[in-house]
Amino acid sequence: MTAFRRLPGGGRIDRSRTLGFTFDGQRLFGRPGDTLASALLANGKLLVGRSFKYHRPRGFLSAGIEEPNGLFTIGEGNRAEPNIPGTMVPLSDGLVARSQNAWPSPAFDLMAVNSIAAPILGAGFYYKTFIGPFRKSWMFYEPFIRKAAGMGKADAAPDGARYDVEYGFTDVLVIGSGPAGLAAALTAGRAGAKVLLAEQDSELGGSLLAETSEALERWRTDTLAELRSLPRVTLLTRATAQGIYDGNQVTVAQHVAQGQLLHVIRARSIVHAAGSLERPLVFSNNDRPGVMLSSAVRSYLNRHAVAPAERAVLATNNDAAYSTAFALAEAGVAVTIAEERMAPAGDLLAQAAALGIAIFPNAGIADTFGGSQLKAVRLKGRHSVTIDCDVLAVSGGWNPAVHLSSHGGIKPKYDPAIAAFVPGGFAETHFGAGGTIGHFGWQACVRDGETAGKGALAACGIGKSPRAIDPPGVRDDRAYGIAVSRDPFDVSLPGKAFVDFQHDVTAKDIKVAHQEGFHSVEHLKRYTTLGMATDQGKTSNVNAIAMMAGLRGIGPEAAGTTTFRPPFSPLTVGALAGRSVGKHFRPVRRSPLHDWHARNGCTFIEAGLWMRAWYYDWAGPTPETAYVREMELVRKGVGIADVSTLGKIDVQGPDAAEFLNRVYVNGFAKLPVGKARYGVMLNDDGIVLDDGTTSRISDTQFYMTTTTAQAGEVMSWLEYLLQCHWTDLKVHVASLTDEWGGMAVSGPDSRKALELAFPEADVSNEGLPYMGVKDIPFGGTTVRLMRLSFSGELAYEVHCPANFTIALWEHILQAAAPLGIRPYGLEALASLRIEKGHVAGLELDHRNSLDDLGLGKMAAREKPYIGKELRFREAMQAPDRWSLVGLEALEPGKKLRGASILFAADDEIKGHGRGYITSVTWSTELNRFIALGLYQGGLRHEGEEIIAAFPLKNEQVRLRIVSPHFIDKEGTRLHA
Amino acid sequence: MKIPCPHCGERDVSEFRYGGDASRQRPAHGTGDLKAWHDYHFTFTNPKGPHTEHWQHVLGCRQWFRLSRNTATNVIAGVVE
Repeated sequence: MTAFRRLPGGGRIDRSRTLGFTFDGQRLFGRPGDTLASALLANGKLLVGRSFKYHRPRGFLSAGIEEPNGLFTIGEGNRAEPNIPGTMVPLSDGLVARSQNAWPSPAFDLMAVNSIAAPILGAGFYYKTFIGPFRKSWMFYEPFIRKAAGMGKADAAPDGARYDVEYGFTDVLVIGSGPAGLAAALTAGRAGAKVLLAEQDSELGGSLLAETSEALERWRTDTLAELRSLPRVTLLTRATAQGIYDGNQVTVAQHVAQGQLLHVIRARSIVHAAGSLERPLVFSNNDRPGVMLSSAVRSYLNRHAVAPAERAVLATNNDAAYSTAFALAEAGVAVTIAEERMAPAGDLLAQAAALGIAIFPNAGIADTFGGSQLKAVRLKGRHSVTIDCDVLAVSGGWNPAVHLSSHGGIKPKYDPAIAAFVPGGFAETHFGAGGTIGHFGWQACVRDGETAGKGALAACGIGKSPRAIDPPGVRDDRAYGIAVSRDPFDVSLPGKAFVDFQHDVTAKDIKVAHQEGFHSVEHLKRYTTLGMATDQGKTSNVNAIAMMAGLRGIGPEAAGTTTFRPPFSPLTVGALAGRSVGKHFRPVRRSPLHDWHARNGCTFIEAGLWMRAWYYDWAGPTPETAYVREMELVRKGVGIADVSTLGKIDVQGPDAAEFLNRVYVNGFAKLPVGKARYGVMLNDDGIVLDDGTTSRISDTQFYMTTTTAQAGEVMSWLEYLLQCHWTDLKVHVASLTDEWGGMAVSGPDSRKALELAFPEADVSNEGLPYMGVKDIPFGGTTVRLMRLSFSGELAYEVHCPANFTIALWEHILQAAAPLGIRPYGLEALASLRIEKGHVAGLELDHRNSLDDLGLGKMAAREKPYIGKELRFREAMQAPDRWSLVGLEALEPGKKLRGASILFAADDEIKGHGRGYITSVTWSTELNRFIALGLYQGGLRHEGEEIIAAFPLKNEQVRLRIVSPHFIDKEGTRLHA
Repeated sequence: MKIPCPHCGERDVSEFRYGGDASRQRPAHGTGDLKAWHDYHFTFTNPKGPHTEHWQHVLGCRQWFRLSRNTATNVIAGVVE
């Protein structure tokens, strides 16, 4: 016999249509209006999963978002989503649901052997077993334990669902659509405010949906009809408010047809009407399928027309749960009430008597019986009777949903009148209403909602006074009447009494945690993992706090709660990512020459956000082969490379020279017009910030270049100095990084190449000497010729506005074709500069001083510059600082790898060493691997033989420390 | 968190970059000894509560300004002249 049956009438289901779905491969049927949970119950599927640790049989505990047991993997293949509470899934035709944590099925679970091993799986089991001397065995056991104690699995294929993020703005955000939320939304809506209401359920009405009263239903439908008629009111369903952040930013995750939509809402005011969650009672074997929250039993009965087969027992400590008993009796179910208190209110006794309900006062539940389905319960106390039943409805009271109101950092406080935690307060523009603030009852909720709606209007500065809300035509609220049992739970009783159902934490575990000194709620949580499952302890936290408080002899108010953090309920990462996945994960920056490279056999490499030309087909099929040929081209003939990614900053104004003179360590005040100078800048702390060349275009205009990596940083730094500190300087800076492009024309034949390309310009050694700069007209624009060299060869940089770069590049290639000019890529560019000993981003690691890089002599002695004072800090003078060295491999057969750790010849090869390799390349000039590195004491060790270790591959190579200038130390090539 | 740019108005924090403590006086260029610069650069009070700090509207008008922000609550009192 099944525990539940579908009633022939009633409920909010559509009996005219049938929906087919599968559960663990079995084809079942339900109705529109069903959730997966209610459809499974209607089909007699009470047992839907196994518990996390002990693999005990489990059924639904709740009918809502707090569900700890009934989790499923929904969908198939790349649309499968694990760990979804069946209570939150509206039934749809073709829905595919699979149970989790049970193999091969919940009814026949081989893993239930864990149940036999139960004594060793108690509180702190993981810590005790696998930390300390047994840590190594954890590595061995971990995969088995993960398999045994697991949740659903995400599919390994890319997620097939679609996600997006929508930004929204509203006057009033209402969280929850129960009577309080609806009243608040209508109050604000009537005054003309822009209102957004977010409801996690698929239908609007909250607790009203579990009621059968015609008056309440009329109030709900009338209110919704009016809300829908208001053009500035938006009602969202299947939309869960997940987190509240600074400045009233709220994330609302909404399930839509193809996936999820994350609403990021800026609300001028927020009404918290999230309601409350019922809590279970703790007794032996309180987890059998068939034990269910009283509110869930009422919801399945009244909303989904699914009733217990014949007999039900209600265990309660409050008056509110009696409505469940009465509804069950009216549906023809035989009901017995196990009342924890001495007696309920008199009118309830009379009503129960009229419905033929037996009440056992002062009698909680001692134990339950049955296997995979509840068969009977035994009462405790003097009525130690055993009662057969299909369903045990439990109510341990109601916990206001304080989660979202706590996200701003306001701790909940304990309210003894309702034996639960309520919000500790609200931020200025936030208002609470109804169950969230511990006010129960239809009239109270509607009044609260109306008050909160008015408060929200005032917070938005909307002065209009809306028409009053008509209260629902039901009798006045009655008292809640909760009395929490103060009997300490007797942990010596046989069987397990669960507090946290999803993580299998029992009353005994809490006692053990207390015995072992884990008293604070935060320690209790971490030691027992209570409240750490996907349900985040929505049904367990308050019971656990009360038990621990009891063991400590203090009140729950003194024990306090753990910290509530977003998200409110499990949120798929895809919803947070939205469309920022794959190639949209971050922006891509392309050089203005990108399309030419792509058409001409270039392989690209990502460098930060940039896609850079790495190497070209003409030189070889792999980077290892290609870059060597490209280097040879530059050393022996002429090559052209894209340097458009360099930071480019236009510096203009009467004080531009003075400004640069302050920023760079070397002098710029007297730089002549038509000349470029290499400069280094420091941070205030004396650490090197960046280097680059800056050209003087006129008395009042300079053209600065920065490294690719630091372009944004330097720009902000210059703006900071000018706007915040040196406001008296008449200087403006503007970034030209994207507006201008550049190319390096390098090699002994580079002058000839420019002569062919620009026959009208004088590019002779006299007309454009080393570090000379001139602007020439070309094809209707200005081309800037700068005789700069990164490679150490005779070389030029040719810059022009971005739109002209491809035309200019092709022109140079064509004009200089007789010289055999070819493009070269980033790999060769970077290798050429290593041979020359130019530092770049890899050496500038934001820890080095000028002296560390061998650039100390560049700094001016007399003039002040940024970082001058702190450059001479004591620590910056230490002789054993890691400083720039050149390195030559001494073992020809061995490959030298970047990031190798450097050791002195007689060091033990262990630990962090004395430095590391920053850049490495094959030198076509020296026919061996060479490298730049940072080494303790730097060039004071010149000539010494040291060791480069690469522990990942267990490789060691002998090296010699040499000057970083591997080629052309005298600079004759540069000045040719 | 929203930040009131003095030029563009209130914008999302993601458009801004943080520029550190703005409560201390930077030594004038070319003045100050090692100690003065050390104290300016390295010593912070790191208050929990009201704090004056530099921000730049880096993805907007690029203006730098001083802002009073409560570090405990992120409540922004406004731009400090």
